[in-house]
Amino acid sequence: MLGEGAHRLDELARSGREDGDMGIITRGFGGRREPEAAALPPGQYLTRDFPVLTAGPTQYVDTADWSFTITTETGDRTTWSWADLMALTSEDIETDIHCVTRWSKLGTRWHGVPVDTVLEHIETAADYLMAHSYGGYTTNLPLEDVLDGKAWLAYGYADGPLPVEHGGPLRLLVPHLYFWKSAKWLNGFTLLTSDEPGFWEGFGYHNHGDPWREERYDGD
Amino acid sequence: MTEQSASNSLDGNAAAGPFTDVFGFDVSTVLVTCGGCRASAVFAEQRAFLGGPGTVLRCPGCDHLLARVVQTTDELWLDMSGSSCWRFPLEASTA
Ligand SMILES: [Zn+2]
Repeated sequence: MLGEGAHRLDELARSGREDGDMGIITRGFGGRREPEAAALPPGQYLTRDFPVLTAGPTQYVDTADWSFTITTETGDRTTWSWADLMALTSEDIETDIHCVTRWSKLGTRWHGVPVDTVLEHIETAADYLMAHSYGGYTTNLPLEDVLDGKAWLAYGYADGPLPVEHGGPLRLLVPHLYFWKSAKWLNGFTLLTSDEPGFWEGFGYHNHGDPWREERYDGD
Repeated sequence: MTEQSASNSLDGNAAAGPFTDVFGFDVSTVLVTCGGCRASAVFAEQRAFLGGPGTVLRCPGCDHLLARVVQTTDELWLDMSGSSCWRFPLEASTA
């Protein structure tokens, strides 16, 4: 905990020095005051880096071999190739992201397809989904947390393709929840009529993961 | 870049801390058998993935999930379901 606090102050100091594009943070930064606090969920600190955290080895998937499959609660499957996905209308996203390990990064820029677009023509009565990744990672989400422009299939980061260490060629982006929900190396959704826990949700972490409510751990 | 990313894991020593917190002594010499491929190696020679967000131990041969630990506000969670056997040297347990 001491180490974490020291790291936090270091990050704040660096933000104060280096931020040209985060005026709110830079202006008035003065030792004990924390003017950025309003922009950060409780218990989070700012980072300029983009830490690479995974529960398993980096997955290298060539876009020629890549596919994304939605499986409904009745077993119907719809699959997109990389070319199919690139043909869908995509958009730029600028958003803050928050990791349950307490770092937050403001104003990150992404490019991708809204989850609404791939779910649009799927016949389903499901209220939940399980996101699946190459390598076997899973994370569960209520459909209401990925619809209405709240989540994307992201394949661009900053001004380039999404780097593999950050989940490229494509990851789920659900920025209003802790970042373990934004599954790297995404390859499918299974639609569910009843909720089931994913890799971390079944093991100590919160089922929902709203950073503004500090839903970090089971029981929070 | 690719080479660097390929080695995003660390050796098992990097995961020893959280597991040592669970068992109360150093686990680095414990012999762990993979539940996937049945290979055995000491804890220190397995593969560790940290902070994703918990601590994960995987088999270096087949990537199978051997064990994981999560520390919540008031609990330590331990999952050993992916490993078939942990053999604790008696010296370790009394050290
Ligand atoms: Zn194995």
